[in-house]
Amino acid sequence: MNLRTLLVLLIATLAVYVMLGAAAELPPYGVPDSPAFNQLAERYVGKALEETGVLNMVTSIVLDYRAYDTMFETIVLFTAALAVIVALKTGGETGGKR
Amino acid sequence: MRDIIFKRIITLILPFIQVYGFYVIFHGQISPGGSFAGGIIVALGIIAYATAFGAEEGRAVLPEKVTTWAESYGTLWYALLGMVGIVKGGPFLANRLAGIDLGVPGTLSSGGLIALLGIGVGIRVASTMVTLFFTMLEEEV
Amino acid sequence: MGFSMVDYGNMAMLIILAASALTVYFIRDLLHAVIVYGVFSLIMAVIWLQMNSPDLAITEAAAGVATTVLMMLVIFRTSRREE
Repeated sequence: MNLRTLLVLLIATLAVYVMLGAAAELPPYGVPDSPAFNQLAERYVGKALEETGVLNMVTSIVLDYRAYDTMFETIVLFTAALAVIVALKTGGETGGKR
Repeated sequence: MRDIIFKRIITLILPFIQVYGFYVIFHGQISPGGSFAGGIIVALGIIAYATAFGAEEGRAVLPEKVTTWAESYGTLWYALLGMVGIVKGGPFLANRLAGIDLGVPGTLSSGGLIALLGIGVGIRVASTMVTLFFTMLEEEV
Repeated sequence: MGFSMVDYGNMAMLIILAASALTVYFIRDLLHAVIVYGVFSLIMAVIWLQMNSPDLAITEAAAGVATTVLMMLVIFRTSRREE
């Protein structure tokens, strides 16, 4: 066991300790008075059906309240496909193989 | 990977995969699921077919022209539906504020623009996955 | 501090999750690593379903399988080039 392995083990143990400490501080899940359940969640849970007419609340948030974000998410997908095509496509019938 | 059992099973279950994918896309406003998951399921059907039968047979099912078209016009479809809000006197991508009829909650036609937006996003995701797969499969790295 | 059956099921699933995530790192054969990654994705889908979010469960199952196929493809391409 050389010095490098010891250093990696030390850093990994410290990281695990910090992560477990952070996980211990999280609020319990499924409890109504957790900090994530603020007035925004109340608005969405209470008024999503009335304001969008959609039963599935996730769809009402993704495609109505946050529709602008979803539009740019599709642009992100377009950019990913474009990057793969630019990186991998080689010529084809016009340019031939590089 | 060109096994006769694999090919036969893919041929049998491909219609069910596709129907389930489009069901998840179209029923995004009623049941769990939505456009992203449905688009990936639709793309997975094509990917499984192309894995079993080879790239040329897969391309025969879904030509490059179709994926290029969906790739290019999916986002434009989304933006055009957003313009409906501006035309009717509301903000961009407005649904209820633009005075669109929301319908009865729980039916397939409910939600106004949401169903149409979901179809656009679903086709968009499916075409992206298929394009990534065929580009990696066909081109020499 | 009593645990119900659901808690024991959650613990078992989380342990399988951590074990499969570690196995992906330590395993030698790349194809086996991709298969274990599929196990990771499916267990994650069951955990999302346990947390009452079926949307994420469907997306995780589908996207996990899709990324697995793409990863396997990339592995085959690159390993053929290097050997």
